[in-house]
Amino acid sequence: MAEPLVELETDVLVVGSGAAGMAAALSAAEAGARVLLADRSLVGRSGATVMAQMTVAVALGSEQPDHWEHHLADTIAAGRGLCDADLAEIVCREGPEEIRRLDGWKVGWARHEDGRIRQAQAPGHDRPRCVYVDFLSTGPAVAKTLRGRVLRQETVTRVGDLYVADLPVRDGTVRGAVGFSMADGRPVAIAAGAVVLATGGLTRLYRRNSASANMGGDGHALALRAGAELMDMEFVQFFPIGHLAPRLVGMDPIMWDPFRYKLGGRLLNAEGREFVNDYGNEEGAVYNVTRDKATHAILSEVQAGRGSPAGGAFLSFEHVPEARLREAFGPVIDRLAKNGIDLTRMAVEVAPIAHYHMGGVRVDAAMETRVPGLFVAGETVAGANGANRLSGNAITEALVFGRRAGESAARRAEAAGRARPAGSETLELIRGSSPAAELNLAGAIAELQALMAEQVGPFRTAEGLEQALAGIAALRRALGERPPGAPGPYDLGRLDWFDLRSMLLVAEAVTTAALARRESRGAHQRDDFPLMDDAAWRLHQTLSLKDGALALGRAPVQAPRAADIEEVA
Amino acid sequence: MTAPAETPTARLVVHRTGREEASRYEVPYTPGQSVLDGLRYVRANLDPSLAIRHSCINANTCKECMIRIDGTVGYACTARLEPREMELRPLPNKTGLRDLVTEIGPPDERLDHAVARSGGGGRED
Ligand SMILES: Cc1cc2nc3c(=O)[nH]c(=O)nc-3n(C[C@H](O)[C@H](O)[C@H](O)COP(=O)(O)OP(=O)(O)OC[C@H]3O[C@@H](n4cnc5c(N)ncnc54)[C@H](O)[C@@H]3O)c2cc1C
Ligand code: FES
Repeated sequence: MAEPLVELETDVLVVGSGAAGMAAALSAAEAGARVLLADRSLVGRSGATVMAQMTVAVALGSEQPDHWEHHLADTIAAGRGLCDADLAEIVCREGPEEIRRLDGWKVGWARHEDGRIRQAQAPGHDRPRCVYVDFLSTGPAVAKTLRGRVLRQETVTRVGDLYVADLPVRDGTVRGAVGFSMADGRPVAIAAGAVVLATGGLTRLYRRNSASANMGGDGHALALRAGAELMDMEFVQFFPIGHLAPRLVGMDPIMWDPFRYKLGGRLLNAEGREFVNDYGNEEGAVYNVTRDKATHAILSEVQAGRGSPAGGAFLSFEHVPEARLREAFGPVIDRLAKNGIDLTRMAVEVAPIAHYHMGGVRVDAAMETRVPGLFVAGETVAGANGANRLSGNAITEALVFGRRAGESAARRAEAAGRARPAGSETLELIRGSSPAAELNLAGAIAELQALMAEQVGPFRTAEGLEQALAGIAALRRALGERPPGAPGPYDLGRLDWFDLRSMLLVAEAVTTAALARRESRGAHQRDDFPLMDDAAWRLHQTLSLKDGALALGRAPVQAPRAADIEEVA
Repeated sequence: MTAPAETPTARLVVHRTGREEASRYEVPYTPGQSVLDGLRYVRANLDPSLAIRHSCINANTCKECMIRIDGTVGYACTARLEPREMELRPLPNKTGLRDLVTEIGPPDERLDHAVARSGGGGRED
């Protein structure tokens, strides 16, 4: 028997409860809206935000004078000509306010003894600009603080374990969402005056990633199906020094960056030689090479046969005295010891790992997509970081865009009046029963991840990208039209089906855009077109669904206003 | 150290909510792996029906993967896989949903709570 439909109604529905989703819920509630904050897993604990161990970049000027325009200049330089200057400016200009707001909420930014907030200098920034919470606790502290504020908001209803599968559209406007309860499989329809998508990134598409299981690009797929456009999908950021070996448990693989900028670790090839500058970089005493260039250097070294045994580079802190290690990283040193890692005596192996996605859903400055009623926040937004993101900009982006999207959505919901439910064909998929799967869908997801890593990773060729598209099409045929089994409690097989459905669509979007862009820029490196080609390619590529198929388009880049640049100079 | 003659394996005996008999799986063992690595291997290669809850995989931040491992409560993502038989059970003091998954969301973040709130009055038009 089919489960009865659970119906909910709200002014603003926020999908996803990372920094962006929680910031949006807070600002929408402050603007007077009733908010439903839904997450496919635990509220505030399931995405990238809680895993971020490092820093948040903002021009606070607490170490040395700074201005958001300097931050903007660095952001735009790192973006390799593709930043949407308006969105990047919003992040840099409004970032400090969000950091102070969190400070007022006692997030615990690391401070000097005289009370000044500490700021570290991360690669690509022209001065110390990155605030953090010791030790490697930035993301957890931000998530916990925001969650604490959300809990105090009487008008925010939180629902965990609610998987959002579709955004019904009526008369061209998004009307809410449909999905199902993970705990028991019950179908759910939510009527909402406005929806904020804050579902995070898509790096789960890749075999080696820093993602959580909830980061397969659901929001990108939801937005596409609702009629919105994606942009810059080809730009997937690989974090150059992701932990590779020995196996490390209880710590995220991207933890080595703060070690490098606090202690200056040395990146070595199999011959024990520093090699990053062999690739046209100029790294001196300060660790300053951006992520796209460092990734390129490491993988080139591996290809040349000078990689570490596990297929990466060595990262060594053997020159750093033990007392300094302990002072800088305290309890983290013990956690490493539990994993058999003694940094005073051994180098670890590191390699690029899928980490962040610069592309996403195309929005205006109010964070609204081209579909009225549909807003986006956080990593799911395209444009602020162009072709390569600066370290520390993602949490700033999540906080700033979250606040904006929440405010805009509250206004929209108020204008829309009481929300009424709209139908969705996806509800039939959610409620229906089918025979058990013949294909191991968890295995199929792993297959897709391997395919993406091999063919749509940091180095790309037309041939490989075409192979990837063929592989994606084959997996889609194998996936079939309906989820296996029947609705029930915590059915991972069914969840795998919905996940793979979204992941295939989003993987196809990334691959299609990567194949079309016949140049190399930032995080998109084509072996067959190794040079950057500003004359032909200083533009965004967009993707939308037309009659069920992905269609590529182009959009001009919003250049920085001359006045901004001059003031900086 | 001499290399072992055969590839060592971890033998996972999983007691699953809703099933009388435990499921037994043999997974290849590499030193340093976590129990969660083993369970994810099972799902992708042996039995995709096995339910285990996790988000973060490595970072130990989501705190969703807590189960009983050889009788002791711990995180599947930080407990080491070992080349021997290991017994895995769901948490003892929580409602079992499926296999190793229990209801761990706070009561006021569950669907029924939202339904109750959504039904009870809203903004007047
Ligand atoms: C390991 C790691 C370390 C990082 N370190 C840093 C750092 O030091 N500094 C920095 O600036 N950036 C860092 N980043 C990037 C940064 O953390 C993210 O870009 C940012 O936190 C994204 O926030 P968000 O709110 O957009 O998404 P997330 O925090 O990822 O939240 C998305 C939420 O949406 C939910 N969701 C997804 N799909 C659905 C669905 N279908 N239905 C319902 N809910 C759904 C997920 O469960 C999740 O809770 C790091 C990223 C990672 C992975
Ligand atoms: S998987 Fe997240 S804490 Fe274990």
